[in-house]
Amino acid sequence: MVKFILRRIVMMIPQLFILSVLIFLLAKAMPGDALTGQLANNPKMDAQTLAEMREKLGLNDPLYVQYARWIKNLLHGDLGMSYVHQQPVTDLLAGRMWNTVLLSLCILVLTYAIAVPLGVISGRWQDSWADKLIVGYSYVSFATPLFIFALIMLFLFGFKLGWFPTGGSVDIQLEEGTFDYYISKFNHLLLPSLSGALISTVGIIQYLRSEIIDTKVKDFVRTARAKGVPEAKIYSRHILRNSFLPIAAFLGYEITGLIGGSVFLESIFSYPGIGQLFLQSIMQRDYSVVTALVMISGLATLVGTLLSDIILSAVDPRIRIE
Amino acid sequence: MTFLQVNHLKVYYPVRGGFFRKVIGHVKAVDDISFALQRGETYGLVGESGCGKTTTGRTIIGLVKATAGEILFDGKDLTKLSRREFAQYRKDIQMIFQDPYSSLNPRKRVLDIVAEPLRNFERLSPQEEKRKVQHFIEKVGLHPESIYKYPHEFSGGQRQRIGIARALTLNPKLIIADEPVSALDVSVQAQVLNFMKDIQKEFQLTYLFISHDLGIIRHMCDRIGIMYRGQFVEEGTKEEIFQNPQHIYTKRLLSSIPNADPLKRQEQQTLRQQIEKEYEQSYSRYFNAEGRAYPLKRISNTHSVAIP
Amino acid sequence: MLKQSVLQIEHLRVSFRIHEEYYAAVDDVSLTVHENEVLAIVGESGCGKSALALSIIGLHPPERTKLEGAVMFKGKNLLTQSVQALNEIRGKDIGMIFQDPLTALNPLMTVGKQIEESMDYHTTLSASEKRKRTLELLQRVGIPNPAQTYDRYPHELSGGMRQRIVIAIAIACNPAVIIADEPTTALDVTIQAQIIRLLKDLQQQMNTGIILITHDLGVVAEMADRVAVMYAGEIVELADVYTLFTRPLHPYTRSLLQSIPSAQTSKETLHVIQGIVPPLTKLPRTGCRFRTRIGWMDESTHESHPILREVEPNHWVRCTCYQHFYFPDGGERA
Repeated sequence: MVKFILRRIVMMIPQLFILSVLIFLLAKAMPGDALTGQLANNPKMDAQTLAEMREKLGLNDPLYVQYARWIKNLLHGDLGMSYVHQQPVTDLLAGRMWNTVLLSLCILVLTYAIAVPLGVISGRWQDSWADKLIVGYSYVSFATPLFIFALIMLFLFGFKLGWFPTGGSVDIQLEEGTFDYYISKFNHLLLPSLSGALISTVGIIQYLRSEIIDTKVKDFVRTARAKGVPEAKIYSRHILRNSFLPIAAFLGYEITGLIGGSVFLESIFSYPGIGQLFLQSIMQRDYSVVTALVMISGLATLVGTLLSDIILSAVDPRIRIE
Repeated sequence: MTFLQVNHLKVYYPVRGGFFRKVIGHVKAVDDISFALQRGETYGLVGESGCGKTTTGRTIIGLVKATAGEILFDGKDLTKLSRREFAQYRKDIQMIFQDPYSSLNPRKRVLDIVAEPLRNFERLSPQEEKRKVQHFIEKVGLHPESIYKYPHEFSGGQRQRIGIARALTLNPKLIIADEPVSALDVSVQAQVLNFMKDIQKEFQLTYLFISHDLGIIRHMCDRIGIMYRGQFVEEGTKEEIFQNPQHIYTKRLLSSIPNADPLKRQEQQTLRQQIEKEYEQSYSRYFNAEGRAYPLKRISNTHSVAIP
Repeated sequence: MLKQSVLQIEHLRVSFRIHEEYYAAVDDVSLTVHENEVLAIVGESGCGKSALALSIIGLHPPERTKLEGAVMFKGKNLLTQSVQALNEIRGKDIGMIFQDPLTALNPLMTVGKQIEESMDYHTTLSASEKRKRTLELLQRVGIPNPAQTYDRYPHELSGGMRQRIVIAIAIACNPAVIIADEPTTALDVTIQAQIIRLLKDLQQQMNTGIILITHDLGVVAEMADRVAVMYAGEIVELADVYTLFTRPLHPYTRSLLQSIPSAQTSKETLHVIQGIVPPLTKLPRTGCRFRTRIGWMDESTHESHPILREVEPNHWVRCTCYQHFYFPDGGERA
């Protein structure tokens, strides 16, 4: 098992290398550079100073030199300077990263908390009115884009009803560490994570439903019935365990989806996380931030895939990892 | 006349392990087998699941790559041919598959299914093609109008005959039949087996007949090779194998077949126990220390046994 | 010695809903299973033999199935029992063995736990007692090292070993009746011989009545004491195994026997039964159901309402057409 994980991590190195080259080249291929943005913001900047700054920052060096420098810094944990915010990218990310992880975790927990019972009800009592209702819900939310749904939620519960705060991650007047601080933090999380969860839950509900429907008619379920196992136990001991397998494996892949979702959610709810930062940085052509974020999400995706494989091998005895 | 000669054929699959996924061993699906088919005969490959009989058939037709050895067909070694060159021989060797339900594309009409090999190898006008397909569809005992139907409109036996019609369109010389009737009911099975015998005479076909069912093998085959764990343990004519089996595995296999006479139940049981005992006692006489069979040794002109 | 009857199937009709209408797959079947005997039910796919087997302990989906008649077991009609009442009987008094031992076992549960599971609901044994009994059962069905096998998962065992596990599950609570649905079909012939032996031994040791569902007449000849031949949902012939193989009467039975290539004898061509088993929705419900498959015979040889008749002691045949039946392609094998 440890060997397997180690091997997978080693295998990630070439993947990350290719990813880094790709990101680097794409960043370079984008029109303008970090200083072009400065030109618009800063009236004192003229072409002369700009060229000097470019030379000083090494932006005129050959590409491979620039890449080597970037990678070297990256490996030292130096993600570069944000030209817009005028501070190291690492500092910029630190606080926001924590916010995003918190939000993602909330979404994940809520997603499964909603999806599992609904999927089970739907699959077990297939074609009942409850099933039809759940399937109906999943069709609607499947067709609704996340950013529109999130906007509606924000408008309805944030502005109209005023039940939830409409922006930020915590009430700034509160002192960190107090009980109220955490309550406020949680309160700020609720609306965005609920919006995300209600949309992302659809895939899992549908998946679980069809897994249960498939498993219900499997031969081993018939064997269990022939043993005289009561219906409730047929589900808990035989059908559900087998149906949860692929869902459990899904967990790792879900991380990738969360990264994409956080861009919309954080922007709409003005939640200071890396998703919001990502969008801002693109708009302001703050490339050192953008590349760092893409690199991080690439890494997260790879880790997520690994996580999925590990989960699957842990729950399914047929998949043996030596 | 030797028509197809298989020499020292090996098909190994690597087993990988360790940190760098190095090859640490091999699964020997087919391990050094040699046999020859004479024109017009039916040669039976028999054995239990996993013995390598299906892999052998698939290697001859090029679906599986041989690890070593040669397959001589009309004097050419098929394992050495390029894909282009092989295609020519592909015409002469056709295959009938086990499951008539999954081997026919459900979204294609019978016309398109049967004409598929024709389209790959011959350029015919639509009229000629249709005529040819109808000719073969009639040959396999189906109505010529059925070429416009889809596979699901036919019964299992009829589907298997559509599969046979497809195999016949290019006038093949050799047909590899891999468990062609295992998925069928006994009454339908009889129909397909009789039919295969009829067309063998009519088209002078040579069959490589792969099956686990010794009753069917006895009914269909002239000569038989018994396979066990990728190797041959015995080869001989039908009479030699069934009346005078020499290798303990052959004996064990034959004694395991249910006897269709309930009055002989006790007799059969005693025979089985006796052979089981012999199997345990004389195991080392028939298998070496690694549990592999010995190379075949000729005991008559036609009969060979794997003994040291 | 007269054997005690343990299960009576009386005028059983099993119908399935297809496009809002019910079609009988098993049509008025009556059979008695005795202790310490193997009653074989033979026929080709679509004859209703599996539908019959599953209906005995109510394993068909109730929303699509209609059951009529009675299955009497220990004074109770199983067809009218609630699921809870049936669960008391399933796995305890009636065990079941299925065709494919790989799919019949839960891939995520160790085989030991799967055998123990029926004891969980039918006995009050403690955990250690259950384990002990499971190890005994593993031993009994011929598993070489029970203690190691107990913690194995199904995929870690060979096909023959898996079928032994399925059998161990079926006999876990000493059932009076075992229903074996094609127990050897998915197995290699050497394994098949071992499993047949095992089932015969268990039958004699435990005094069990076995209902053997199979399409393989070879397995019937090896295992059965009595045989019911089914065609299109009906029993067409019922006799003890020796009578059935030496003096088969019904045209279907005789045709079947003539169509099997035998490993013991050889002949040039096999008999072909014309046509196909009609699908459930197109089954002729009146007259002799086999008449369409023996078109060369005169219609007048059939009865209009053929019934199962005892033509000699304990030998039952449906329809009078057997008296006139002949093979158009020549004589019968001796």
